[in-house]
Amino acid sequence: MIEIKNITKAFGKLQVLKGIDINLEKGKIYAFLGPNGSGKTTLIKTILGLNQPDNGEILIQNENIKNNWQYKSCIGYMPQIARFPENLNMMELLGMTRDIRKTASDEEKYISYFNLEGARDKKLKNLSGGTKQKVNAVLAFMFNPDILIFDEPSVGLDPVAHLKLKDLMREERDNGKTILLTTHILSEVEELADEVIFLLDGKIYFQGTVQNLVQTQNESNLERAIAQLLLQTEKKSKKLSFQAA
Amino acid sequence: MAAIFQTSRFILKTALSVVLLLAGQVVQAKTLPVSPTGEIRSVKEAVRLAQSYDTILIASGIYHENDIEINKPLTIIGRQNPVIDAGFKKGIFSVMAQNVLIAGLTLQNVEESFTKNYAAVRVRGGGHITVRNNTILNCYYGVYLEQTDSCTVRHNYIRGNAKQESTSGNAIHLYRTENITVADNKVSGHRDGIYLESSSNSTITGNVSQNNLRYGLHFMFSDNNSYQRNKFIRNGSGIAVMYSRNIIMTDNLFEQNWGAAAYGILLKDIVDSRIERNIFRQNTTGIYAEGSTRLYLKNNEFRNNGWAVRLLGSSEDLTFEENNFIGNTFEISTSTNYNSNNIFRGNYWSSYTGYDLNHDGTGDVAHKPVRLFSYLLEDIPTSVVLLRSLFIDLLELIEKVAPVLTPENVLDNQPSTRLNTWKS
Amino acid sequence: MNSLTKIIKYSFYDTWRSWWALLYGLFFLVISATLLYFSGDFNKAIVSLLNIVLLLVPLISTVFGVMYAYNSREFTELLLAQPIKRNNIFLGQYLGLTLSLALSLSLGLGITFLLFAGTAEESVHLGMLTLCGTLLTAIFTGLAFLMSALFEDRVKGFGIAILIWLFAAVIYDGLLLTFLVIFNDYPLEKATIGLTLFNPIDLSRILILLRLETAALLGYTGAVFNKFLGTALGMVVSLGALLVWIFVPLLLFLKKVQNKDF
Repeated sequence: MIEIKNITKAFGKLQVLKGIDINLEKGKIYAFLGPNGSGKTTLIKTILGLNQPDNGEILIQNENIKNNWQYKSCIGYMPQIARFPENLNMMELLGMTRDIRKTASDEEKYISYFNLEGARDKKLKNLSGGTKQKVNAVLAFMFNPDILIFDEPSVGLDPVAHLKLKDLMREERDNGKTILLTTHILSEVEELADEVIFLLDGKIYFQGTVQNLVQTQNESNLERAIAQLLLQTEKKSKKLSFQAA
Repeated sequence: MAAIFQTSRFILKTALSVVLLLAGQVVQAKTLPVSPTGEIRSVKEAVRLAQSYDTILIASGIYHENDIEINKPLTIIGRQNPVIDAGFKKGIFSVMAQNVLIAGLTLQNVEESFTKNYAAVRVRGGGHITVRNNTILNCYYGVYLEQTDSCTVRHNYIRGNAKQESTSGNAIHLYRTENITVADNKVSGHRDGIYLESSSNSTITGNVSQNNLRYGLHFMFSDNNSYQRNKFIRNGSGIAVMYSRNIIMTDNLFEQNWGAAAYGILLKDIVDSRIERNIFRQNTTGIYAEGSTRLYLKNNEFRNNGWAVRLLGSSEDLTFEENNFIGNTFEISTSTNYNSNNIFRGNYWSSYTGYDLNHDGTGDVAHKPVRLFSYLLEDIPTSVVLLRSLFIDLLELIEKVAPVLTPENVLDNQPSTRLNTWKS
Repeated sequence: MNSLTKIIKYSFYDTWRSWWALLYGLFFLVISATLLYFSGDFNKAIVSLLNIVLLLVPLISTVFGVMYAYNSREFTELLLAQPIKRNNIFLGQYLGLTLSLALSLSLGLGITFLLFAGTAEESVHLGMLTLCGTLLTAIFTGLAFLMSALFEDRVKGFGIAILIWLFAAVIYDGLLLTFLVIFNDYPLEKATIGLTLFNPIDLSRILILLRLETAALLGYTGAVFNKFLGTALGMVVSLGALLVWIFVPLLLFLKKVQNKDF
């Protein structure tokens, strides 16, 4: 579905991605983990075409995404922070994206699913952060895309909406969608992820199931396993810096 | 000796007139008709046949004639608008006698010349000549008076076809004359509309001079003349008057004299003169004064000019009293090292920003009519591109708070807060 | 309707509906109506209006341009994730904002004009003022967008955009005057015409003044300016220069965002 081949990316002197290679398949939820600055968001933005990689290529449904924008019609994206044109209302915003994408959409289903009936005619600037986030979710799902990308989706969502969102993700996975997710909430990962991709310092440090990760680190749960991972890497980088010195 | 000679000449002259008058009574003055089909078919022929004080009546028709010399007192009158066409060969009438009247004719197509001053009516010497109710078209000079006196040029329509200054003449040209009246003429399309040189004691009244190549009115070395109720409109360079004294200019209109060097009126070395109740409207410069002294300017209206008044060189002892300055880009502009004793009193300035607490019609703060920018412009003409620029506005604001450059002594201490009114 | 016009449509809606677009238009309506009503002299009112337009239109366009560009950053990211050409997103946002600003201005001035129903000549003057105002809006919005693309730090971007405005509105004329003072002994008319082409605010000012205060500008060396700027050729060159002032920053902006990482 998504083939990422040897992607590198630097912002100025800072090398953020140092050669990423992964294949993401249909019908799975991938959780991208890693400390701040490990390159999760950059990788996702690269897939979305917001960033251009320095090297390597990304194929989505066997199409190279370089200098290509049409491929985005098979992606639904829910960003971390919701900021919309202030003076449009929700229906106008949805109408606008529908205008742009020109594919069949099912926004009504998701509006009622997320309980957004009351927000229809309100100006977007008057909506709460959580409500805006729900609007974002509607935008991601309404075109029934093959690929769904969530960047910290739980931020600002109330527990009910969060639960509903997770249900929806599972449902879509079962419908054969490819789902990418970055998050800090490990329970979310445990609940949802078919595969964990642990990024560290611009590289993939671990790829496998949650179970796999816990086992390889000889820990009892994901949280401890991740902590263990981080500790190891810290030692390693110290070693490396000693050697360099 | 000279006095005796002059007196004897005067006696001789008087005696002669008396004799002539008696002769007139004895021999009845004849009327000679000229017509294309009659006995006398040309004006020249009629003039040859005529005795002094005869009348030549010209009937309607076109007469192809030029260089008609008149050397005796004659009355020449056109009936039903006869046309005398010089066919661009020389001039038409050349008068060298006393008591000649030329009226009711259309005179046209006088030759342009670099050496001779060909004119529709050329008067040299003589006196008591009247030129009236004529239409003068496409002539090099229209009416040219030289070394003559007590003449009247009235109610003529003179339209030239001047293309360049160097090859064109003036509509009404006075040179070394005395006591001339130029009234109610309409002149256009010449080099200068009305021109006076070394001519004094004349009255220029009610004329309309417009669309002339150079000046609507132009005079120099001409003292004691008065200019009243004339209109000078859209002339190439406006009006220029120079080197004269005791001039009276009242109730004239100077309008739309636009151009790089156009002035409503250019005063150069004008002394002891009065300029009152004139209207200066939409001129590049309303009044431009250079080296002029003891001028009294009262009740003039300056409206929508670029510069209302520009004072350059040593223009001193000028009094501006109860004039109206309305909507001019610059009100008064002076040369850079300006220091004079000119007086501004009771003028209305539309840019006045002061107040009048007791409502007596006189502003409580003095008005400074010289803008910093106009001061800059005198030095650096190109800076006109900065007109109404924010930067200039800021500079002027600073200058207003703390004057450094603009002359301290050019100010109206009693500015009127209401438009001044007067009867014309 | 292609995606560009859609983006224009929605960013136009968005800005046009906000209270400040209304306020902006209302301001010009009130100011122009007041000036016309109290001065009674159309030309005088236009000249005063000219000063206000030349001062405020570039400033407001700059401020709103920068604010809009930075504030819509997150939404732009959302749009970038949609199947649209990059250029269309940014060009659309630029045109949407420019259109709503220009429309507010034109309506403000236009309604006044309808209220006072001037002559044909007066409507040409007002049309010219509106045209120059619109071009200045396009120019300074473009410069503001370019600054927002060049500087990630919005305080820096805002500061530099304001500096550009200040330079064009005030400092440039100061430098020009200094130049004229220093080289006063040389024939400078042509050089001066050339120099005014480099400042869109000066250029607009002269274009309008040439139509209004002909008397003052025609005087003296003004003739040279009128000979050039007052003719059809000069008009075409000046308007051409203003268009260059729109297109160069806009193209630089589009080029910059084409390869920009978000």
